[in-house]
Amino acid sequence: MGKLDAVMIWPNNPALSVLVLIIFAVPILYGARPAMHSLLRAVFRSIGNPLRVLSHWLFKTADELRRRNKLVLLSHGREEIAQGIVKEFDRVTNLVQRDLHGYPALQRKLMDEITCIEEDFQKCGEVPPPPPEWTKAVAAIAKIKPSSDGLVEKILEDISGSIGEIYEKIIAEYRQSSKQRHDILKGFMPFWRSVGQSLDRVDKNMTGLKDSAAKIDEQMEKYAQINANTEKAEHSLTSSATILFVISLLVMLIAAGGGFVNFWLIERPMEAMVGGSEYIYGNLQASYLAAMVIIFFETLMGLFLMESLGYTHLFPLNGINNRMRRWMVWISFTILLILAGVEVALAVMRDMIVSADVALKQELAGGAAVAAATAGWALNIPKAAQMILGFTLPFALAFVAIPLEYLIHSGRTVFGALLVLGIRGLGFIARFLSSMLRQIGKGMEHLYDAVIFLPLIIERLVVNRGPRPAAKSGDAAAFPKRGASGEHVL
Amino acid sequence: MRRLRFIPFLALALLTASCADPRTHAQAVYMLVDTSGTYAQELDKAQRIVSYLLGTLKSGDSLAVARVKSRSFSEKDIIAKATFVKDPMQANSQKRAFAEQVAHFDSGIKKGSAYTDITGGIIQAAEFLNETGAGQKTILIFSDMQEELDYKTVRDFPIDLKGIRIIALNVTKLTTDNVDPRRYLGRLDWWEKRTRAAGATDWKVVNDLEHLERIFRERG
Repeated sequence: MGKLDAVMIWPNNPALSVLVLIIFAVPILYGARPAMHSLLRAVFRSIGNPLRVLSHWLFKTADELRRRNKLVLLSHGREEIAQGIVKEFDRVTNLVQRDLHGYPALQRKLMDEITCIEEDFQKCGEVPPPPPEWTKAVAAIAKIKPSSDGLVEKILEDISGSIGEIYEKIIAEYRQSSKQRHDILKGFMPFWRSVGQSLDRVDKNMTGLKDSAAKIDEQMEKYAQINANTEKAEHSLTSSATILFVISLLVMLIAAGGGFVNFWLIERPMEAMVGGSEYIYGNLQASYLAAMVIIFFETLMGLFLMESLGYTHLFPLNGINNRMRRWMVWISFTILLILAGVEVALAVMRDMIVSADVALKQELAGGAAVAAATAGWALNIPKAAQMILGFTLPFALAFVAIPLEYLIHSGRTVFGALLVLGIRGLGFIARFLSSMLRQIGKGMEHLYDAVIFLPLIIERLVVNRGPRPAAKSGDAAAFPKRGASGEHVL
Repeated sequence: MRRLRFIPFLALALLTASCADPRTHAQAVYMLVDTSGTYAQELDKAQRIVSYLLGTLKSGDSLAVARVKSRSFSEKDIIAKATFVKDPMQANSQKRAFAEQVAHFDSGIKKGSAYTDITGGIIQAAEFLNETGAGQKTILIFSDMQEELDYKTVRDFPIDLKGIRIIALNVTKLTTDNVDPRRYLGRLDWWEKRTRAAGATDWKVVNDLEHLERIFRERG
């Protein structure tokens, strides 16, 4: 109240003082109205306009970034699909070289086999036995009427016996001939099988070629879409990059868990080696750093191994020849193997240290060391488990290279998209603030006019008394409207 | 080749960093064991505390156990002392030897000393701890905190305990404390004021020997 009292004319009567102050202030405020309006506009514009410019710049930057992201994404996608197409073509080439390379020989073999089959087929054609000439004689004899002549009867009996013998002989010959034909047909079987297998192989190769052709078509379609810079291609590539990023991140987190376990497995023995009381910097123990260095070194060797095996392409190793690459594989694998061996030794050492600590604590607590149970093989299980973990984890960590590569490649796309989103968000906020400030500025002008409403009403009455301009009824508003010059007019 | 110029600087930085004083992270504990009067009967508890300390301290840490008797400002009163080496196996051997020394001392005590020179012991402890250069220095006083000096012994002068934590263990109540508990509380209050005035970083009383982990807890 002390400060207010200073401006009160009559401190004992604040209401009257305020009234008198208002009566004095309102004409002054009315007189200063155009200047105050200009001031308010200038103040709010001075904040709002830079925000608008900032917003414009942010949106423009976001668009530019998006354009560049798209270029990188499409270029990467193009490269990937080109690699896929090359791989498919390689497959087709291999297929053609391996299988269709022998196609003329195969065709010749098939033709030979078919010719053989035809010849054999002709051979096994059934030839009816020629009608015997004596059948006519038999028919003539058959016309002889039966009589009681004994000679005739004897002749007929002899003829019947001869015919029976001949018939049996012919039947035997016929059966022999049929058997031979069946044998020939049985001889067809391997040829048929061979032909069938050859045709199956041809069919399989053709199917493989068809599949590869379908894949190539599919890839080519994607390639064409990428070349055409379509939204669909961009969306598809972004989506697959995001999925790949999430999966790679998940795998990396699992690998980090493995690394963490590995760290605690070797930290204790490293403490014994480099000294638990040694500190490198701040609270970072030398043993921690040593254990981490071993783990990082294992990961590095894993990276080199995967790189030299051609599973990853993180480093530009195109310049080195195959011999050098093989050397790299062997060197990195050997170092990894040695490190795995070191970890096994450290695991054993860790078990020894822990056992010694437990024994000491038991001794201190109970006065005498409790003899460890020697019989139980189960007691060796933790040690064996530690040794196995120590040996396998370095090799498991080597495979981190694969998700790492995918994480790096897809991370560019994902972070690029997130950056665009963030910049656009900032742009929106800047625009929103600018717009809000403009409205607040207008509101402040109206508030100012509301304070000096009385002189404004008087002014309007005075202006209305004079000759009216040709104006619409809606123009006689209680509050001023903005004129062409931007000034508020009555 | 220009890009490789940073390597010597990096190596130098690492070398500088690796030269950081390792002792600043080490702990040094000096335990004063009151052997005066009836308090000598509490020595088995002191043995338990020593066992706890041996199980807790790590390689690079230092531990000393000294007795408090009529005049305690002397190295001769140190029963056992050790700074544990890096190798955990060797450190374990050191700890075993240390425990044996303390046990041997406990069994050798037959009669308590006539007077109790806690201040002299504290000064000796501060000297030892400052010499170790450890980052965390602690004096454990296993006593009823009732100082009794003969007429020739002078201890009423300011002492320096900068950077040292003082922990009173197993502060038993005397018969007179039972008559008037203000005596006990006043005694503890007097020691707290004195140690804090001497620059001690912390003052704590731990009477519950089932929770010895409170010794190394920072606050409370």
